[in-house]
Amino acid sequence: MEIEKNEGVFSGLTILAFCWAVVGPLTMKFFADHGATVIRVETSKRPCVMRVSSPYKGNVPNLNRGGYFNFYNSNILSLTLNMELPEARAIAKRLALKCDVFMENYTPGNMEKWGLSYEELRKERPDIIMLRQSGYGSWGPYAKLPAFGMVLVPIAGLPNYIGWPGREPLPVGVSAYTDCISPRFAAAALIAALDYRNKTGKGQLLDLSQFETALYFILPGILDYAANGREPTRIGNSSPYAAPHGVYPCRGDDRWCTIAVFNDDEWKTLCREMGKPEYAEAPRFNTLLNRKKNEDELDRLISEWTAERTPEEVMEQLQAAGVAAGVVKNTADIYEDPQLRQRGMFWKMDHPEMGPFTHLGQSFILSETPAKPLRPSPLLGEHTEYVCTKLLGMSDEEFVDLFQKGVFE
Amino acid sequence: MLSHCRALDLTDEKGFLCGKILADLGADVIKVERPGGDHSRNIGNFWHDIPDPEKSLYWFAYNSNKRGITLNIETADGREIFKKLAKTADFVIESFAPGYMDKLGIGYSTISDLNRGIIWASITPFGQEGPYRDYKDSDIVVMGMSGTMYQTGERDEAPLHISMPQACLHAGADAAVGSMIAYYHREKTGKGQRVDVSLQHSAAWFQANAIPTYELSGGILRRAGAFRVGMSKDVGQRQVWPCKDGYVFFNVIGGKQGAKLLRALTEWMDSEGMATDYLRNKDWDNFDMFTIGREEMASIQEPIGEFFKTHTAKELWNGAVPRQISLGPLSSMQDLLEDECLKARNFWKEIEHPELGTTITYPRQFVQSSEEDCSTRFRAPLIGEHNEEVYSSIGLTREELVILKQAGVI
Repeated sequence: MEIEKNEGVFSGLTILAFCWAVVGPLTMKFFADHGATVIRVETSKRPCVMRVSSPYKGNVPNLNRGGYFNFYNSNILSLTLNMELPEARAIAKRLALKCDVFMENYTPGNMEKWGLSYEELRKERPDIIMLRQSGYGSWGPYAKLPAFGMVLVPIAGLPNYIGWPGREPLPVGVSAYTDCISPRFAAAALIAALDYRNKTGKGQLLDLSQFETALYFILPGILDYAANGREPTRIGNSSPYAAPHGVYPCRGDDRWCTIAVFNDDEWKTLCREMGKPEYAEAPRFNTLLNRKKNEDELDRLISEWTAERTPEEVMEQLQAAGVAAGVVKNTADIYEDPQLRQRGMFWKMDHPEMGPFTHLGQSFILSETPAKPLRPSPLLGEHTEYVCTKLLGMSDEEFVDLFQKGVFE
Repeated sequence: MLSHCRALDLTDEKGFLCGKILADLGADVIKVERPGGDHSRNIGNFWHDIPDPEKSLYWFAYNSNKRGITLNIETADGREIFKKLAKTADFVIESFAPGYMDKLGIGYSTISDLNRGIIWASITPFGQEGPYRDYKDSDIVVMGMSGTMYQTGERDEAPLHISMPQACLHAGADAAVGSMIAYYHREKTGKGQRVDVSLQHSAAWFQANAIPTYELSGGILRRAGAFRVGMSKDVGQRQVWPCKDGYVFFNVIGGKQGAKLLRALTEWMDSEGMATDYLRNKDWDNFDMFTIGREEMASIQEPIGEFFKTHTAKELWNGAVPRQISLGPLSSMQDLLEDECLKARNFWKEIEHPELGTTITYPRQFVQSSEEDCSTRFRAPLIGEHNEEVYSSIGLTREELVILKQAGVI
């Protein structure tokens, strides 16, 4: 099997990656989508949690038919190695030393156990770049604790900002929300490290903690406590300095829209569009402070208007008039969203087991070197032979011998 | 690592994080504000609750490690100065409405003619093209259009906004990645490019398994409040649990990991006399979350809920860590500042604010590099704080600066 040479910014760059769950592939995606050869190590002995997560094609559990896994792993190669065997560990080490970058987001301790610590690898390759990206950092009192995005969300304090006043805090509805935070920080740092090595010849160890990077998403709240001793309170959908500001019911099953008004002009426009110009100057609504004071009544009156319209109608009418408003989009809406489609957020590719299947595409647009769908997500071990014989130069004999020993399970 | 790079950061809150990431990686990031200061300095809360553009904690949070100048790019002199600065820069980061800088004659095409290596990141609510390009935004509107909000909140109530704005952070971080990919390309080829980032797109990019679930089954993941979405139909899988002094997040899960976790939790409860016979005798290895019934779930969740109520969040965390039980207490801000792991990893750093006569606690760094220090080094700039040093470095004289100041250019 031949893999065509990738085009792209990272063409020629090779990365060996021990990825787990979402954080690994999302981080590697930035490189694989721009031409890097990313070799993901997996094993059938303990498949990635994503491969054994629903939904499945045809609703039948199958390691190669998981929608969750296949959504996030396009352009990545899969090499299976049973790391319990010394031969497999030797192959992993040979590859780590040969590749430009060694990335991992396993629970700390695993790489050390397999002889793949930064210290070990650096002895043989002083300029190696290793990226570690575990839940709580590769060292420290929580290092050995397995991390789940679902648990990191509350530990990083996010639910303090989700909920109605006086009621319980709620999780972010998109589970494992923090999983998309550290990949961006990690990718930026890793590219800086590659550039640094190109200029100085020096490699390095990069250690990121999913917990620590998630705190950057509530940073103003942390500073508010540090400076003022104030803890956050839950405020539902309101804003301290805007009214109306919220989510309003619309016509249809579980249909909603948002409306946010930040100044008097927008308020007057909204009243006109609702056919209630008299609200604009009504004493209970004529200033921001009065609207805040009478917010419950304000929201009720707006709800009466929105309830007779679809969210699309509200969005189109108000946006045309210059008021910020939007559809609260469910997954079907996102899937069809004309803006996201035009921007290439989805890549439909033929997958050998899934058939035509939508993979996650790019998250931003580069004018000269756009991200490209090169190949669908890999079958488990799909590229094992290619990596061993072509990249490592193993003879067919050696490969078959190792295969029979179960090294590639 | 990027100490040889310079970025001009013209963003408001939509794009702060991009420049912050580049600055932490060592770049010289110069915040370019309009004279009098950017309007985003009015975002609260404020230091000691004093509403003042020099005391916005939101501004502080995402502009540390940046220098700051004031420049009115709507004047002819301002545009000329911007061009001079752009010739010295590797990155321009901006968050104006699409087309605004082109109209001023200092858009990407003009500047890239002067500096073909320039990398130009544009961060807008919806992107530079497309049907929503000119739509008005605010975080609640963009988050609503990104899919996250629909899935957040109680099942039979309105979807809920995360009141700490998030879309701008997803976009800012994406802009940093896009800029770095463009930079890597430029170092190979000498050619810069445009990075087009959309708040909606960046916020919609990650939605766990929502998209494949919809494509494969037509199913739309709905809100589940304190419970977890999906899995077994009609069986509430609690995620938010009250404890003695707050809340902990915990999921009853199946599989190998679940068996390990539930066995460890049962043993812990048993050691305090709180494990029921049901829990003790349960065959966790063959426990299947997809076929579980309501009654079975209640027999598991009820005693666990009772156990949690007898402990503080801290006690539960301290007990969970050595037992490798995945359980997340809801951290208050105080908990975070006192967190043992963050302390041990030296995560917090006091940063001087001389004009406030105090220090404020900041995160030290988002990455620990064995080679270079990526720490927060200094606080966010005051309005026009570095005008003199930056402008004199591109050849403006003191006399010219006095004139430009009076003319409202800087």
